[in-house]
Amino acid sequence: MTSWWPVLAIVAVVGATFAIGLFGVRVSRTTSDFLVASRSVSPTLNASAIGGEYLSAASFLGIAGLVLSYGVDMLWFPVGYTVGYLVLLILVAAPLRRSGAYTLPDFAEMRLRSRRVRSASSVLVVLIGWLYLLPQLQGAGITLRALTGAPVWLGAVVVAVVVGITVATGGMRSITVVQAFQYWLKLFAIALPAVLLVAAWYRDGTPVFTEGGWGDPLSGYGEREYPLYTTYSIVLATFLGTMGLPHVLVRFYTNPDGRAARRTVLAVLALLSVFYLFPPVFGALGRIYTPELAGTDAADTVVLVLPSVVFDGWLGDALSALVAAGAFAAFLSTASGLCVSVAGVLSQDLLRHEGRLGDGVRRFRLGTAIAIAVPFALALVAGRANLAQTVTLAFAVAASTFCPLLVLGIWWPRLTEKGALAGLLVGGGAALAAVVAVLAAGPFTGVAGALLGQPAAWTVPLAFATCVVVSLRTGDRSQRLVSDAAMARLHGPEEIQARRA
Amino acid sequence: MDEKPQRRVAVTHPRTAAARSAAKRGVRRDVNDGTALGVTMIRSLRRAQLRLALIVGSGLLVALGGIPLLFLLDPPLREARVGGLAVGWILLGVVVFPLIWLTAWWYVRAAERNESQFVDLVERS
Repeated sequence: MTSWWPVLAIVAVVGATFAIGLFGVRVSRTTSDFLVASRSVSPTLNASAIGGEYLSAASFLGIAGLVLSYGVDMLWFPVGYTVGYLVLLILVAAPLRRSGAYTLPDFAEMRLRSRRVRSASSVLVVLIGWLYLLPQLQGAGITLRALTGAPVWLGAVVVAVVVGITVATGGMRSITVVQAFQYWLKLFAIALPAVLLVAAWYRDGTPVFTEGGWGDPLSGYGEREYPLYTTYSIVLATFLGTMGLPHVLVRFYTNPDGRAARRTVLAVLALLSVFYLFPPVFGALGRIYTPELAGTDAADTVVLVLPSVVFDGWLGDALSALVAAGAFAAFLSTASGLCVSVAGVLSQDLLRHEGRLGDGVRRFRLGTAIAIAVPFALALVAGRANLAQTVTLAFAVAASTFCPLLVLGIWWPRLTEKGALAGLLVGGGAALAAVVAVLAAGPFTGVAGALLGQPAAWTVPLAFATCVVVSLRTGDRSQRLVSDAAMARLHGPEEIQARRA
Repeated sequence: MDEKPQRRVAVTHPRTAAARSAAKRGVRRDVNDGTALGVTMIRSLRRAQLRLALIVGSGLLVALGGIPLLFLLDPPLREARVGGLAVGWILLGVVVFPLIWLTAWWYVRAAERNESQFVDLVERS
């Protein structure tokens, strides 16, 4: 099925990303432009950009692949990715914006006045960012291979180079416009083929696949053990992990105030809900038209190959080109967002004392190179799990570290520096150990397979409990004063807050 | 006594812009500087917002977290169909999304109401 149409479409997306990115350079001048677009982004544009950034390889390809292989239980992934934003809205959106933090380490320092918690947070942001970048690069590799037969590393090279150059030259201001554009491209690229595929399915007399409980909840179809535990663990990781993803928080800083932050989330929820109606369609129809992909490494490519299997001639070619363009938009936008965040933290925190690196912009550019090079190297050597599952591991680490830090930090005045630090170390250590075990030696079977493959159900409660117990044992008067000041700033509406620079 | 009776003058709060804004700054300063009064006021707002978040969060937990439990406890439901499509697919593929959005919309309204009540309280006192 090698055709030049998809390649042209990918070249067009890459070219458009470059063009908009380079145009943005003209207006990016200060470090603030690079990191947060100087807060001059309108809410609609910001919501589209958040949607564009959030819908990654996992959403565009991974969900359909999982549904194809394992059935209806996998719909918890898109539901969880959406509800994650709702949880973020009710627990952290407005206070987080009012905190004035634009990275998670900033929040840690603002809330606890602690350099140590800040440093621990910086390291975790970088690790979570790399873990999330990995499946984006792997996704690019398998996409290019499925469409052209190119070696797997080529797709990863394309994404790494494009993202590295756009981020290093344009920073946040240019990628905001790029990402808003990419949300609408992704929606169109998945919705149009999905609608046509459903029409073709009606033409064929609506055949249904019912074998072995694939269509039934909790059936454990596809040799999944402990489906109930796994379902709840996915729910916990995605519901609570979204708020702790590095590229999600940065976007809140670009809202003018706490209320705008809430309204932006409302718009984002609408955009995500519409998008997530479509990927499962590919998974379900793939079960009927491309059953040979189910349960294999190639399941992630079902979105890419299904249109050309169902439709012949120019229509198949055109739709293949469209989904290829959408897939690359997904890799590029998510990878850019993550790369900006990781590079920002690297240049602000971890390279801070390297005076010889010169000004902020130069440090940011060096940070960008490191941010993308490490996951690129990992993509070449790591074994490949399903894209959505790898992404969910990043969610699990975020849910086990930054979720307790944010939720307790915002709502519980008795959180202490030591409590937060202990929670980050215990929760992050446990979740990262599970991730490393799975990526290096997995997948496992039996109880270990379930507990390590979806660790959130035990690592998140563990992290919360550690924070609370250690905080209760270490609270003192100076911590109370820090908390009171932080609470006034986090919860006080802007109208009554003293003006801050 | 040829003095005229003195005109009586009503002594009232001076309704000038300067006087009002000076009073406003007073309570604002409590909130911003973290005096005992300010801390208590912020605590009441925080608790109101937390109560709201917990109501929405527990509703979410029961409604969405209950779905797998429902399927676990009622096996025939797993294969039940509505209009040719299985219940699980309809529920998780379509129905949850508008419900999520409506929950969010309701939350935003309630949270903003809490905040405007707080602002009124500060401005009035």
